[in-house]
Amino acid sequence: MMPSLNLWLIPILPLAGAAINGFFGKKSSRTAVTTIGLVFPGAALAWALLVALRFSSVNLPYQEYIAHWIRSGSFSADFALYLDQLSLVMLLVVTGVGFLIHIYSVGYMWDDPSYYRFFSYLNLFMFFMLTLVLANNYLLMFIGWEGVGLASYLLIGFWFTKDSAASAGKKAFIVNRIGDFGFLIGLFLIIQHFGSLNFTQVFAQVQPLTPETAGGGLLTAIGILLMVGACGKSAQIPLYVWLPDAMEGPTPVSALIHAATMVTAGVYMVSRSHVIFERAPMALTVVAVIGTLTALFAATIGITQTDIKKVLAYSTVSQLGYMFMACGVGAFSAGIFHLMTHAFFKGLLFLAAGSVIHAVGGEQDMRKMGGLRSFIPWTFLTMGIATLAIAGIPPFAGFWSKDEILWQAYQTSWVYWLIGVITAFLTSFYMFRLLFMTFFGDYRGAHVDDHGHAHAAHGHDEHGHGTPHESPMVMLVPLMILAFFSTLGGLVGIGNRFENFLGPVFGTGMVAETAGEAASHGTELLLMGVSVTIAILGFLLAYVLYISKPYLPQKIADALNGFYKAVLNKYYVDELYAKLFVKPLVDASTNILWQGVDRKVIDDSVNNAADGARHVSDEVRHMQSGNLRSYAGWIAAGSAVVLAYMIWMGVR
Amino acid sequence: MVPLSYYLVLSGFLFACGVAGFLIKRNIITIFMSIELMLNGVNLSFVAFAAHWHALAGQVFVFFVMVVAAAEAAVGLAIIIAVYRTRETLNVDQVNLLKL
Repeated sequence: MMPSLNLWLIPILPLAGAAINGFFGKKSSRTAVTTIGLVFPGAALAWALLVALRFSSVNLPYQEYIAHWIRSGSFSADFALYLDQLSLVMLLVVTGVGFLIHIYSVGYMWDDPSYYRFFSYLNLFMFFMLTLVLANNYLLMFIGWEGVGLASYLLIGFWFTKDSAASAGKKAFIVNRIGDFGFLIGLFLIIQHFGSLNFTQVFAQVQPLTPETAGGGLLTAIGILLMVGACGKSAQIPLYVWLPDAMEGPTPVSALIHAATMVTAGVYMVSRSHVIFERAPMALTVVAVIGTLTALFAATIGITQTDIKKVLAYSTVSQLGYMFMACGVGAFSAGIFHLMTHAFFKGLLFLAAGSVIHAVGGEQDMRKMGGLRSFIPWTFLTMGIATLAIAGIPPFAGFWSKDEILWQAYQTSWVYWLIGVITAFLTSFYMFRLLFMTFFGDYRGAHVDDHGHAHAAHGHDEHGHGTPHESPMVMLVPLMILAFFSTLGGLVGIGNRFENFLGPVFGTGMVAETAGEAASHGTELLLMGVSVTIAILGFLLAYVLYISKPYLPQKIADALNGFYKAVLNKYYVDELYAKLFVKPLVDASTNILWQGVDRKVIDDSVNNAADGARHVSDEVRHMQSGNLRSYAGWIAAGSAVVLAYMIWMGVR
Repeated sequence: MVPLSYYLVLSGFLFACGVAGFLIKRNIITIFMSIELMLNGVNLSFVAFAAHWHALAGQVFVFFVMVVAAAEAAVGLAIIIAVYRTRETLNVDQVNLLKL
């Protein structure tokens, strides 16, 4: 008898927190809301750590049955949890980074009037994300998948009185629906052909199938449809458009949902379905191509953005592209590795950006920052570490995971590798650009006057002094912890340790260094050297353009006028989508469905029926005059008619 | 012997007079008397048929009708007096408080 891990506690705890804060938070004090909002996710983290400690003592994959849910014929889907190395990694990332961001939010959201609502939503998100990660079948995973979408919608539109936030929330929700549509059809195909959605059962049936090479077939279709779902959730071409807009939400949300955890759900789902993808080479190619293109495409947009959060948003899209590239070349563990390190450094980047925004009183435009390094040294230090990590400078975390991906990509095709390296260069460039524009040079922001104004409007003392100020400890501590992981988190990947840990999941087993790999060791080192050089080149270019010769960027932009404009406007993709999809849909709905069907057919038929009834009754109403003698007259006339009829019948 | 049809014609005539009076007159007492006239018209046809078929049921029924008419007269006249006391009129068209 295996000891129970009581995994169910992990998702349930944040749900309890969400419920308590949601129902009672409005009337509770901020301290009470904070306690509830932190204790429950904290307890989930503690339990997850306990599970991790006892991890080696259970048989994997560990399954925990909670309650039965749908039993229909031979098909069944239960509330049941599934734990293996892959879900453990996700579990620790979600609870760990999630808890840190909860702590940070205490400082960041303290002055918000809807403080309790924020924590309620954040806890709700944790519940759904943990459900997604721990589910033992696709259907429960889908519940979590939709749930995080809901939480994401609620949190993007958290400041719903702002029009742009409300529509950004809607955009995220609708674009995600498109992806979910593909995901659902993929699930239907799985049900139809394998009669189950349970991971173990489906994969057991897929395992003996041979890879579909020529032309593809069922598995290819399932794989591509699942990838459509992943494209929506993980913001890949062509469904990435919602993520940059999602930055309308509060910054901790951008860090937690739109950088560290939710957007990586697609990567997790594809990795979880690796058995299917491995047998569908075409689907894998689709994944790799989408990932590679997205990585490059988003990175180029990131270069031109001036909103600090938008740069990070495009950077997230680009890094997710890397993860899909890894999955696409079959290096799922490299993808998950990058997912983990990315959660550390991108979460950190967003939180640090939040700290910057906090410091300068809500300003997000990097052109109005600069020179902040001396005002907010801790934020600068941690953000610097995160930048080094994402740029791929050893020994920071991003270097190890990105290099692993590039190496694996190289083994599949040098094209992926080349685009990956170009993207790495761009990444390094735009990240150092962000760092230089924000922290170096002279402060270009609002001066004492403006700030005094802002202070009067806000009415709290902190913002009273005209210079940017460092954030409180409650925000800095999570930054430092994440900085620690961003620095050292990559070391778990040395010597394939991370890969070996995930080995049982991805069926690679213990990867002993084969002769071929030993021989290619030289190549690997060479590639490593190339990517480090490239990262340093990006740094140097940013240094030249934004520190030593700050007049140059404008000149370059002028020289490349047309192209620069296109990039600045995100290649007009939003406009294209608006023309291609949104406008025809709105027009058709307005002219045909609303004016045509709804008003002309449905409304009119109801209205005419009502009008007709009213006209008829208007006439008939006069008979009921209230005059008794007229009633008597009607009775007499009626009986006379009946009599006359009977007599006439009798005569005949 | 007077044929049955004579009685029936008379009975029909009385009934028609009652109906016409009921419909035309506005005075409650006249209307009330018209109702009595209708009842008696019917009574006449009952007894005529009873005599013609040698069946007592018709005559018994007439007694019932007369009892009911008497009771009705008592209640009805009481109501009429009450109406007259409050409204000071016997014109039915003016006793129309229940009308909308």
